[in-house]
Amino acid sequence: MRVLESAVVKKAAGSLATLVGVAIFVFFMLRAIPGDAISASLGTEAAGLTEVQRKSLEEYYGLDQSLASQFFSWVGNLFQGNLGFSVRAQQSVLDLTAAALPVTFQLAVFAIILALAIGVPVGMLAASRVGKPRDVIGQALSLIGLSVPAFLLATTLLTFLAVNLGFNPNGLGYKTFFEDPVVNLQQMLLPSLVLGFGISAPIIRTTRAAVLDVSGQDFVRTAKAKGVSTRRLQFKHILRNALIPIVTMTGLQFGYLLGGAVVVEQIFSLPGVGRQVLTGIQQKEYALVQSTVLVIAAAFVIVNLLTDLLYRAIDPRVRAE
Amino acid sequence: MQSVAPEKAKSPSVFARILRSWTGGTSLIVLAALLVLSILVNLGVVGFDPIAQTPADRLLAPNGTYWFGTDQFGRDIFSRVISGVGSSALISGVAVTIAALFGTLLGLVGGFYRGVIDVFGSGLTNVLFAFPPLLLALTLASVLDRNWFTVAVAIGIVYIPIFARVTRGPVLSLREIEFVKAAKSTGMASIGIMFKHVLPNIYSIAIIQIALSLSWAVLTEAALSFLGLGSPPPAPSLGSMIYEARTLVLIAPWTLWAPGAVIVVFVVCLNLLGDSLRDILDPRSKEVNS
Repeated sequence: MRVLESAVVKKAAGSLATLVGVAIFVFFMLRAIPGDAISASLGTEAAGLTEVQRKSLEEYYGLDQSLASQFFSWVGNLFQGNLGFSVRAQQSVLDLTAAALPVTFQLAVFAIILALAIGVPVGMLAASRVGKPRDVIGQALSLIGLSVPAFLLATTLLTFLAVNLGFNPNGLGYKTFFEDPVVNLQQMLLPSLVLGFGISAPIIRTTRAAVLDVSGQDFVRTAKAKGVSTRRLQFKHILRNALIPIVTMTGLQFGYLLGGAVVVEQIFSLPGVGRQVLTGIQQKEYALVQSTVLVIAAAFVIVNLLTDLLYRAIDPRVRAE
Repeated sequence: MQSVAPEKAKSPSVFARILRSWTGGTSLIVLAALLVLSILVNLGVVGFDPIAQTPADRLLAPNGTYWFGTDQFGRDIFSRVISGVGSSALISGVAVTIAALFGTLLGLVGGFYRGVIDVFGSGLTNVLFAFPPLLLALTLASVLDRNWFTVAVAIGIVYIPIFARVTRGPVLSLREIEFVKAAKSTGMASIGIMFKHVLPNIYSIAIIQIALSLSWAVLTEAALSFLGLGSPPPAPSLGSMIYEARTLVLIAPWTLWAPGAVIVVFVVCLNLLGDSLRDILDPRSKEVNS
């Protein structure tokens, strides 16, 4: 138990160090933007500023400070829950993010459930008869999932369903699950289908490879020799052992979804965090971009840490290390 | 780490073996055809000028003159799609080259020298890995001036950590292997050992990763241009063509299916090529993947 705890502490410390690095990286990445925050927020009007006005604005935004002190005041503010203020939305970035995160989270959970529901059975079926039709179909499905861009699938689905069936729940304003569960679930349906289909591809591949890998091991042969039924062999002996790579891949994909759903959020007008970054970029609100990207990266690091802990729980061998 | 058995006298070549497998061979031929076609279109030998507008021929359905029809400005969609494949290949190629070059170097130097360099290298890898790839690419692309090269740089940076991570592990084991130790005992400079003895042994890993990364790079580039953060217009790009087609698809469906079908074929071929290259270069994957 002590070994497990020290491994967990080590992992957590590593994640924390990564987060510090992420904060530094995000800060300096957005400082590389040509021009300063003043011209960015005022646009062409910035040219009309007098020297005094510009000075006072620089003071207001803290631009007269050194980069290091700007960085520390940003981080200091983050710790107090001050993520900045969005001028366009007239709302704090904290409030915006608090509203956007659940949208992305719900979408990611639905997409992952769909991906697992498609990917694990297809992967297992493919592995059960290597080279036979069901394997070829499974592999073809994963190839299509890997190769069809999400935005193409989303655009096609949206247009054809809207026109032919008049089904366009995303055309109305977004409703949270608590405001209107029926509309909310309808609005989540197409985007999670699109994302879930894409993610089922790596899940199919991982499941197939892991099942094949486990099937070749001695204990499976022994179990077969003992007369264990095929079903029991498949689920109890093989799938359980193949679960670790599947869990790792699922965690990784879930993390990707937290920010990678930006295209799908944009197409289906879902106000998630990915779309918030994109809007920030389009409207040149870099305070919004900076803090939201950091929040997403932090969520990603936390998901990875949890995945790591989860497979420690599944696999006794990792626990013992 | 598999034993470093001496390779059979390099016969038959990897290229020949790819051509022999039907998925690898077919995809290689299709990719080559697409690239040659795109060069011909850009030279003006085949099709039309991809950015020339012919207002009289707006939104024409596919016909003998315009094979894939025309768009809302009367531009030839066939030429635009094919030229878009070319620019997508260029951007992705440069992006993956950047990622492979810097990522492999990071993994090689970090794994070989260990110590402070490795801590810094692994730290940087972890930081870059902490971002969902598309999010990092689009933030980087928004920060840099927009042209095709900066788009490639943005995508390249995103894929640096993958190369660093897949090469570092093998380098760690290679530095403990006899022939590296032997080279050390002859007094060879460590930088020489790293490039002469260690690097050649991770080539195949890097090449497999290059092949697999190309399809991701193409998809990332297309997503960026769909979101309006790719190469600026009027340069033809598959992602922005699909974006523009959203509003036209009801009256002119070919504006969506032409770029859509071509990007799917392009990425399917890249994936198949990557898979068959991996099967050939990595014997361990073969039992599982073929």
